[in-house]
Amino acid sequence: MENNDESAHRAVRMVTMDVIVAALIFALGALVVYESNRLGSGWDENGPQAGYFPFYISLLICISGAVVFVQGLLKLKSDMKVFVTLGQFRQVLVILLPSAAYVLGVQLVGIYVPSAVFIGLFMKIVGKYSGLRSAAVGLSVSVIAFLLFEVWFKIPLPKGPFEKLIGY
Amino acid sequence: MEELNALFHGFSIALTPFNLGLMFVGIILGVIIGVLPGLGGANGVAILLPLTFTMPPTSAIIMLSCIYWGALFGGAITSILFNIPGEPWSVATTFDGYPMAQQGRAGEALTGAFTSSFVGALVAVLIFTFLAPLIANFALQFGPPEFFSVYLLTFCSFVGTGKGNPFKIIASMMLGFAMAAVGIDIVTGQLRLTFGFTELLSGFNFLVAVIGLFGIGEILLSMEEGLSFSGHGAKINPRIVLETWARLPRYWATSIRSCIIGCWMGIIPGGATPASFMSYGVARQMSREGNKFGTGQLEGVVAPETAAHAAGTSALLPMITLGIPGSPTAAVLLGGLMIWGLQPGPLLFVEQKDFVWGLIASMYLGNIAGLIVVLTMVPFFAAILRVPFSIIAPVIVVICAIGAYTVKNNMLDVWMIVVFGIVGYAFKKLDYPLAPMVLALVLGDAAESSFRQAMLISQGNLTVFWSNWLVGSLTTLALALLFWPLVTALRDRLRAPAPAAR
Repeated sequence: MENNDESAHRAVRMVTMDVIVAALIFALGALVVYESNRLGSGWDENGPQAGYFPFYISLLICISGAVVFVQGLLKLKSDMKVFVTLGQFRQVLVILLPSAAYVLGVQLVGIYVPSAVFIGLFMKIVGKYSGLRSAAVGLSVSVIAFLLFEVWFKIPLPKGPFEKLIGY
Repeated sequence: MEELNALFHGFSIALTPFNLGLMFVGIILGVIIGVLPGLGGANGVAILLPLTFTMPPTSAIIMLSCIYWGALFGGAITSILFNIPGEPWSVATTFDGYPMAQQGRAGEALTGAFTSSFVGALVAVLIFTFLAPLIANFALQFGPPEFFSVYLLTFCSFVGTGKGNPFKIIASMMLGFAMAAVGIDIVTGQLRLTFGFTELLSGFNFLVAVIGLFGIGEILLSMEEGLSFSGHGAKINPRIVLETWARLPRYWATSIRSCIIGCWMGIIPGGATPASFMSYGVARQMSREGNKFGTGQLEGVVAPETAAHAAGTSALLPMITLGIPGSPTAAVLLGGLMIWGLQPGPLLFVEQKDFVWGLIASMYLGNIAGLIVVLTMVPFFAAILRVPFSIIAPVIVVICAIGAYTVKNNMLDVWMIVVFGIVGYAFKKLDYPLAPMVLALVLGDAAESSFRQAMLISQGNLTVFWSNWLVGSLTTLALALLFWPLVTALRDRLRAPAPAAR
């Protein structure tokens, strides 16, 4: 990023993220090493124990995590490639947070109502569509999904109080 | 010609009106999946898998494999008209395809792409027809050490043919293996890596991982780029098609080279994406008009498309004959086979003849159907891409959620796709390849049990992997591929100081 310092300050650099993720991978590997050891990573009278294979897998996770970590540290000062800028990250949150809220909604009241609400609101707020259009798209996706899964293919999806009302 | 008889029997199975109908439905769904951002071959098939549970297995695999062909075709549409590769294997198609569209030659480019896809697939299916029974027959004699060495070869070739940091490839792969180990150990019955969470008893489901990593992850990436599609119109009429067809035979040499690259890269799990790049590169070097590549050469569309489709098709060869998928989508199809109670591998050719030959016959028919569908329906598919992302994004999230739930009727899986989505986003940006992770997750249990059985046979002695010429050469080849990046790095380092010294 040669043009300005400001955008560099407001962005997360690739190499920073690389080091963080490598550390997480190493930690995860270490956790599996520990667990495999607890299960027994050697042999008993029946042959290899339950932790035998995962042990070597997790060793490789640790090694590769450590190598990427060190490779990252060596470039920490010099590498200026951007992982994500603040603006981009905001865009990601624009879809990520509503999606998480949607999944929570599915957990609480079944899938059909939250789907319609999620699609409708997203179109209205992010896409700046008229209320009528947003509602129409949201509702039709839900109705199509309902017909497809509950009525035709008889595959049950999560349902809540509303679906009970209409007899499902 | 036992194969030909079996093949004609297969055609009689595949050519029922019901199966033919499914073929067209599959192709159309597949192209739509291929065109939409966030839905690709792998997660598209994963999401649609539950819908096929009520069908007979042969019909189900016909529809699912047609979705796969459709997705392979669909990637070309977005690359050429919108300069946005719908699938990673169509990135190389944008190099010459998009300039052609800019010059108003979109119809020509699309016809060239579809036709060469078709040719690539056809060659791969022909090879499949005659090679698959041979390999299956050969593999019937495999024991645990042989199977493990084939798994080893599969995974080492990711390291050997991958472009990125080999340690990232290994990390991604091993995380897949670790996830596969979660749950009840099939041999000892012990709980592994569940850390007291009862939800983890049955382990991670790879379909959920695929939907999250590729589906949600891709949505997050597309959102970040703030996609606004601006594409070129496409007019395809019979005249353009015929004119292009008249020009295509000129590129026969490129076509043959691309078929060879594609089939080879598909059978070893390099996959369609590197095959398309490699084929483009080779065509540029070998062609007389190589220096004009990138400015809208038809040959530059033919090369990657032929290779991508040949690789995509031949990726099913190791999946059917050995139970080892050559690509994430083939892995999802493999998961489907297991859900229907079919154990992929050499015995499939003995025990499920109808199924195998029905599938092979449907590969021929499905690609013909695909060519017809894409040539006639391009404007419709291009219109889908013009639907703004603020509508597509939430709809795809909903579809992914439904797909994840239907895998096991488990709400936790719906949460998992959000987690996998974030992982997929970060890994994609940091250049950790996702395909090895998915394949390791799918094959983890099988690879582990073959390793443990091999170790039991030899009482822990690793030389069992060199105990006969077959397993020995497979293992040696695998290790050679594994250390290939090291060799090239050394060579580059040795070569680098030379110009500096001058």
